[in-house]
Amino acid sequence: MEISLTHYLALAAVLFGIGLFGVLTRRNAVGILMSIELMFNAVNINLVAFNRYVTPADFSGQIFSIFVIVVAAAEATVGLAIVLLIYRNFRDIFVDNINLMKW
Amino acid sequence: MREFSWIIPLLPLLSFLVILLFTRENRKLSSAISIGAIAIGFVYAISLLVRQLGDNSEFEMRFAWAVFPTMSLEVGILIDSLTTMMLVVVTSVSMLVQIYSLGYMHGDPRFSRYFAYLSLFTFSMLGLVLANNFFLVFIFWELVGLTSYLLIGFWFEKKSASDAGKKAFITTRIGDLGFIVGILLLTIYAGTLNYREVFAQAAGGVIPTAALSLAGVFIFCGAVGKSAQFPLHVWLPDAMEGPTPVSALIHAATMVAAGVYLVARSMAIYANAPTAGMVVATIGIITALLAASIALVQNDIKRILAYSTVSQLGYMIMALGLGSFTAGTLHLWTHAFFKALLFLCAGSVIHAVHTQDIQFMGGLRGKMKITFWAMFIAALSIAGIPPLSGFWSKDEIVTATMGHPVFMVLTLLVAFMTAFYMFRLIFLTFFGTPRDQHAYDHAHESPRSMTMPLQILMVLSICAGWVAIPWLKEGYSMFVYYHEPHHLTPHYLIMAISSVVALSGIGLAYLMYYKRSISPDALAEKFKPLYTTLYNKWYFDEIYDRIIVKPVLALTSGLWIFDNGVIDWVVNFFGKFTIWVSDLKQWFDEHIVDGAVNGLGYTVWSFGALIRQVQTGRVQLYGFFIVFGIVVMLLIKVV
Amino acid sequence: MDSAIAPYLFYLFSFMIVVSGLLVVTLRDIFHCALFLIICLFSVAGVYVLLGADFIAAVQVLLYVGAIAVLMIFAIMLTAKVSGIGIKQQNEQVPIAIITTVAFVAIALYGLGKTIWNIKTDAVISGDTTMAIGKLLMTTYVVPFEIVSVVLLAALIGAIVIARRN
Repeated sequence: MEISLTHYLALAAVLFGIGLFGVLTRRNAVGILMSIELMFNAVNINLVAFNRYVTPADFSGQIFSIFVIVVAAAEATVGLAIVLLIYRNFRDIFVDNINLMKW
Repeated sequence: MREFSWIIPLLPLLSFLVILLFTRENRKLSSAISIGAIAIGFVYAISLLVRQLGDNSEFEMRFAWAVFPTMSLEVGILIDSLTTMMLVVVTSVSMLVQIYSLGYMHGDPRFSRYFAYLSLFTFSMLGLVLANNFFLVFIFWELVGLTSYLLIGFWFEKKSASDAGKKAFITTRIGDLGFIVGILLLTIYAGTLNYREVFAQAAGGVIPTAALSLAGVFIFCGAVGKSAQFPLHVWLPDAMEGPTPVSALIHAATMVAAGVYLVARSMAIYANAPTAGMVVATIGIITALLAASIALVQNDIKRILAYSTVSQLGYMIMALGLGSFTAGTLHLWTHAFFKALLFLCAGSVIHAVHTQDIQFMGGLRGKMKITFWAMFIAALSIAGIPPLSGFWSKDEIVTATMGHPVFMVLTLLVAFMTAFYMFRLIFLTFFGTPRDQHAYDHAHESPRSMTMPLQILMVLSICAGWVAIPWLKEGYSMFVYYHEPHHLTPHYLIMAISSVVALSGIGLAYLMYYKRSISPDALAEKFKPLYTTLYNKWYFDEIYDRIIVKPVLALTSGLWIFDNGVIDWVVNFFGKFTIWVSDLKQWFDEHIVDGAVNGLGYTVWSFGALIRQVQTGRVQLYGFFIVFGIVVMLLIKVV
Repeated sequence: MDSAIAPYLFYLFSFMIVVSGLLVVTLRDIFHCALFLIICLFSVAGVYVLLGADFIAAVQVLLYVGAIAVLMIFAIMLTAKVSGIGIKQQNEQVPIAIITTVAFVAIALYGLGKTIWNIKTDAVISGDTTMAIGKLLMTTYVVPFEIVSVVLLAALIGAIVIARRN
């Protein structure tokens, strides 16, 4: 069957859903960050697919996805720095257990 | 100038107000204001008298105050010879008494208030004398009664004094009840209360005689109360609790004379209703006899003088009742001066020896010369020794009883008794050996402020009666008269008899109390029952106490118990009811209101506790909610 | 890439993406998860190539796999003591998360299917995307470009500041 936009979008949707599932259920902080990366990737697939099928002459979709990648990198950096800091202080990175401010 | 005679009572009224409101702390100023007011009044009164002597016309000023369909109540002034005479009596004696009080009341803590009260009394008395109708005179009548109460009970810390004040007020009030009935009768039958109109109707026979008699008797009731006649005489001796100058002013010269003045003023009624006149005269002589008999055996110097006053008033009333306007008013004129003098001298003696009991006095003649001579002259005057003033007026009274033999005999008896008890007093007080050496040693003559009025009154006691010497062309009776001015005819026999009677009275007193040839104690033993009765004032006070006072007090207690029980029960009931209501309210407040509030709070809390569980603080849960929300929205939108 | 094997490649890559993705989010050992993440990222790069975005594919491999995934592995190793076998890796929200996620994906797919996309199939896919993207970055999109460099700087400094020992 001819691979069209819909396929790619469906793929992106499924990947997004998987990532979402991971965000909601992982206990390990790094695991959550990894799931977020999956979601970013899903978004990128969407962007590039749209670029290819809807506006092939204009590369703005791809440029957007470059920016997404860059920002994802920055975010992963900072996120992991925080995770390290938490690990240093609590000796624990399971988000369930980091509950100082919970009632 | 007669139009402005209302200034005479106005000045003492202003003095009263000023002293009471402004100058209470300043004693000298208060007494100065009071004496100043009355002095001006006195000068005005003298000038009015002089004017009246020249032109004896009646002057009336009337203002309708409350106008009713059938009649009107008015305020006004009536000035005639009687008025001017009374004005002079009141202002002169008031002034002298006030000057005397400067010395007598010196050091009293309520000095200013005393002068305020005296001013108020003077205002009331002057108003009474100037009034031109029965209504107005009644108003001032009551005011005089009020101020008398205030002054008798001036030293109210003493129970006897405050009791005496109450007794005076209540007793005179009983008389006033009759007075009101008399006024009402006049209103019904005469249709007016104005003096001239009423007397014109009385003389003209417009008012039926029976009604006139009745009115006359009832109006006389007021005089019985105010002038301490039998049977309402009981308050006057007790009123001696007041300061002696008060006794001199009120109970010798002025207030008690108000009753006599009223009868004199209403002469038209009594002259035209002979029955009423006879009632008046009878009461008068009974009083005179009764009081003189009691005075024979009293030992308190002021009591003797008090009963003497009652007796002399009886004389005046009797004279008026028998139709002799001249005799009654003349005796009022002379009596005012010598009785005031007697009281002021008594005050002087009391001031010196600090006791009122003559049994503890004696031999004061040497130590108090001025007082002695003044009292001696006054006693001679009251006894009726010619040519002193008392002789002329007493003579007129005896003359008035001509044609009524019983009255004449009794009058002469009273004259004898008067002379006797007065000189008993003189001999026991001023002569002989002092019975209380301690008091005698401390005795001294009174200060100038007290002896000066004595000297003035002494002169007046000698010559005030000379206006009525029968051989005078323009004598008293040409000036003060009822119906027609007339000349007094000298009755030489009467004059001789009355002089003999007086001298024999003095003689008996001399024998008993100076020479001691007849022993008073032996006499008292011999006539023990009579003596005891006289000494106890014929038991009037005790009888009244039994039949009037005790029942009234019993009724009062009964009413009080009722009042207490019923009213208190009601009040307590309300109190208990209120408490019950508040208990109810408290229960309601606690359970229902608080329950509601607490319940509400609990509901909110539990609801909150329930909802609080959403905020786990776990981000993944929040994330889940976000996704859930998005799913729901998408569902709605897309599907 | 319009060739005959394109569909097969697509299905292959999709399969790899989905499977590795599932493994990323469910495996117990976080290190294994990281490794499967790398496989997933590679597969995504393959998808990019299929879509004709060769520069993006290269960037994906360089950055995501080369930097980010490595960073993840670093972090895992630095926090290694805690994440061991036997410790539960997934929390208790699993059931409801499955339901919700499946619902979400289902709706999305349904919506996707229903929408008529504005597909332009007659356009030419240029092979040299790098130059075009480079040109665009320096002209039209120069401002976002500069800003994103600042973002990177900030992230860099931030990470250092956060994670340094005092």
